[in-house]
Amino acid sequence: MKVAVIVFPGSNCDRDMHHVLTDVFHLESQLVWHTDELPKNIDAIVLPGGFSYGDRLRAGVIAAHSPVIKDIKKMAERGMPILGVCNGFQILVESGLLPGALLKNTSLNFMCKWTEIIVKNNKTPFTNKLKLGQRIPIAIANGEGRYYADDKTLASLKKNNQIVFTYAEEVNGASLDIAGICNKAGNVVGMMPHPERSAEQIINPNNSKPASLIFESLLNTLGVTA
Amino acid sequence: MSLTPQEFEYLEKKIGRKPNPLELQIVAAEWSEHCSYKSSKKHLKILPKEGKRVISGPGYDSGVLDVGDGYVVTVHIESHNHPSAVEPYGGAATGVGGVIRDILSAGTRPIAILDGLRFGNIEQDKHALWLFKNAVRGIADYGNCLGIPTIGGEIEFDKCFTNYALVDVASIGFGKKENLIRNKAEKGDYVVLIGGSTGRDGIGGSQFASDKLEAENRSAVQIPDPFIEKLVIEVILEARNQKCIKAMKDLGGGGLSCAISETADALGVGIELDLSLVHKREQNMSPSELMVSESQERMLVVTDLKKLGTLKKICEKFRVPYSVIGKVKNDNLMEVKLDKNTIAKLPSPIVANAPLLDRPSSKPKYLHNIEKIKKPKTPKNLSQTLLRMLSNPNIASKQWVYTQYDHEVGIRTVVKPGSDGSVLRLDNGKFLAAKIDGNSKHCYINPRDGVIGCFDEACRNVVCTGAKPIGMVDHLQFGNPEDPEIFWTFKESVQAITDYAKYFEIPCVGGKVSLYNETDKGPIKPTPLIGVLGLIERKPLIPQKIEDGDLLVMLGTTKDELGGSEYYEYIHDLVGGKCPAVDMKSSKKTQDAVLDLIEKDMVKVAHDCSKGGLAVAISKLCITNNIGCTVSLEKIPSEKLHHDELIFSESHSRFLLVIKPEDEKKTMSILKQSGIIHARVGIFSGKDIVFQEKSSAVVRVRVDKAQEKWLNSLGALVTHG
Repeated sequence: MKVAVIVFPGSNCDRDMHHVLTDVFHLESQLVWHTDELPKNIDAIVLPGGFSYGDRLRAGVIAAHSPVIKDIKKMAERGMPILGVCNGFQILVESGLLPGALLKNTSLNFMCKWTEIIVKNNKTPFTNKLKLGQRIPIAIANGEGRYYADDKTLASLKKNNQIVFTYAEEVNGASLDIAGICNKAGNVVGMMPHPERSAEQIINPNNSKPASLIFESLLNTLGVTA
Repeated sequence: MSLTPQEFEYLEKKIGRKPNPLELQIVAAEWSEHCSYKSSKKHLKILPKEGKRVISGPGYDSGVLDVGDGYVVTVHIESHNHPSAVEPYGGAATGVGGVIRDILSAGTRPIAILDGLRFGNIEQDKHALWLFKNAVRGIADYGNCLGIPTIGGEIEFDKCFTNYALVDVASIGFGKKENLIRNKAEKGDYVVLIGGSTGRDGIGGSQFASDKLEAENRSAVQIPDPFIEKLVIEVILEARNQKCIKAMKDLGGGGLSCAISETADALGVGIELDLSLVHKREQNMSPSELMVSESQERMLVVTDLKKLGTLKKICEKFRVPYSVIGKVKNDNLMEVKLDKNTIAKLPSPIVANAPLLDRPSSKPKYLHNIEKIKKPKTPKNLSQTLLRMLSNPNIASKQWVYTQYDHEVGIRTVVKPGSDGSVLRLDNGKFLAAKIDGNSKHCYINPRDGVIGCFDEACRNVVCTGAKPIGMVDHLQFGNPEDPEIFWTFKESVQAITDYAKYFEIPCVGGKVSLYNETDKGPIKPTPLIGVLGLIERKPLIPQKIEDGDLLVMLGTTKDELGGSEYYEYIHDLVGGKCPAVDMKSSKKTQDAVLDLIEKDMVKVAHDCSKGGLAVAISKLCITNNIGCTVSLEKIPSEKLHHDELIFSESHSRFLLVIKPEDEKKTMSILKQSGIIHARVGIFSGKDIVFQEKSSAVVRVRVDKAQEKWLNSLGALVTHG
């Protein structure tokens, strides 16, 4: 079982994600440069956080035109589990794989802090080991993390069970307090908070178990027994 | 700005002819105070630089410490004061960029940033507030984009920084010992300039920083581009992994002039470069502009013919511009060409080594009477005073600042900002603690005791995490060294740091001197900054949640030392009195005892007692744990003091330990055996912070009220003015 972690110019959570996948959850993972072809035998894809292209023009918009995105779209159609975290979520939105947009936080500042999110959909490849309504203590760190969509899109997100996580407190002015969503099929998930910063007890000031279930869900999806 | 007549004469004698105008520019950049340390170098020799963990090598821009198992930690500190005072966003951002490249130069990956910021009184001075806000944003935008966590720092506001700013940035790197750059070059090797293009920004920056701040010289301020810096980091580390780098130096103050002359001098070789090959941002740049431009995000790499192709490929993969600008020669000359014609040719040992100065010094007159003051009256309502102290920008929580910094990226940050020292996990299972401390108020009143206090405080902060100090860096910031009184305070500080470092056996692995920190209103107070790194072999002390019934134990003696205290200066607007002095012998014993107790798992929280005294230190414990505490003043080990003096004195070498009631007996017996002054002074419970004498409350403040003041004051001030 192999996970590709895509590296764009300016990605900076790629090594963190790789460490957690490989060293903590013992999944084989490989860093893939954005101009390289996707390796043949992969089973899941992660787009990590960071500042691809220095957030120029708009966060994620340039990376959404990287050569690798075409391949990722193909994999998405085939139902492969794909997770975008923080800048990775922004890239998924900019590439059209997920609906909506990510705007500047209402604080107008970059915000790095710990908060809690609530599981709203536990049918995705990244949440199937979590309980509905379960709270996850998790780290956030972004300047443009405020999820926004028009009313029509929000209604369809609700109808199709595409809201995966919401914040347990008011964080950044996001529509419906959305912290993460998925596509209609449910295999492509994007989230602003950082599960890879939250799944090890030594660096999580609260409880790391719920965040680790995000990775254990992936193991479960891929049929790996922990 | 150029050479003094004496320097000109010296140069002429050394090269045996008159220098041409370009040569003069090159030498003037390199012989500026900023690059050459001509005032300070002689005096810095006394600092102890040896230690069992210290690895030194030629041309290292950062200190290197062996942390075992084949790994090293690197550390460096820099400031960007003049640029930040003019253009705080770009000045502070490029300050981060510069120190990061020093860490990179050793061949290590930067893994953390700490910053020390100083501005005028932001409660009254809108300009100071503007400088503060934008410097923070500059650091955030740059560090966050790089993905290097800003894990800690300190901030001070004082009228002496009016119309000015001190922006100090320290960076820590981590890597394998075998990957350290060896810094060796041979004839025929290639000199490659990698990274951002060279433009007309930062022209004469090093000379700008070597004079008092008179005019806003915006062209001397460099323009930040963190995206390029991030790519440069990855290019360099990949080139390192593929063994493409024989020697390396970052381009900082003095631009190409300094990088070329210092590299050639450190490696004992000559370097020939052609300016027409440099990749440029602007057209029609003159040779002297190209030689002294301080455009950012540039690295100078020496490689050989065998590896040049690989290096180019790596740059191309990341789309980072580069140019092969020259070659190594076996003489000692730096030869600058333009379209193959020689336009400057100088011996690099002469360029890289300015004639050093013997500046006169004399004890400042103001120091003779500063300790003699009329003591202020004790305020009637000390509860109110405590609340005011908690909302003092120098004391209030800095969360408005550090939540704008990504302090988690890299997933190493075990003890986060807002604690005493910050702690990072390392790949060999050990932990690294880091803290920087400065205190211009103390150092103004007594430069020696003041800086020793900063050193002691940084050590105490690191000790509170369970770490043993293994190395230090200093950043010596003063006004105009040509003023003998200012120069005296500089010399006094260096001697004091040396004495403390020797006594505690903590090697000085790096540092920086920044002089001419003054505006037309006068010089800043002496502001040396001390950074301390500590190593934890087993596990760090992560502050645990304080619970009802936990006990508060205090170590050390509280003395009549309120000179330079926040209480005197903020509450009474009084500058003077006796500032706290460290008794090194008892401080060392106390630190060792705290480490011993932490090692034995007897401590839930260890907290340093410094700015604002024990009233503030205890309040912070209550605020962050949402619990009250009752403290018996008569139990606090102290000289005979009034209540206000007792709770607000900033005496050093004191610790607060929170322990479980069941550990009391064992803890007290260990402390007794080690002969340290200590007492059980309080118990955590309820919703009030109470300081009482014989059961009658002297201070009573509700925890939620204290929280509101301490947590929100700084953010409210910035948001609402």
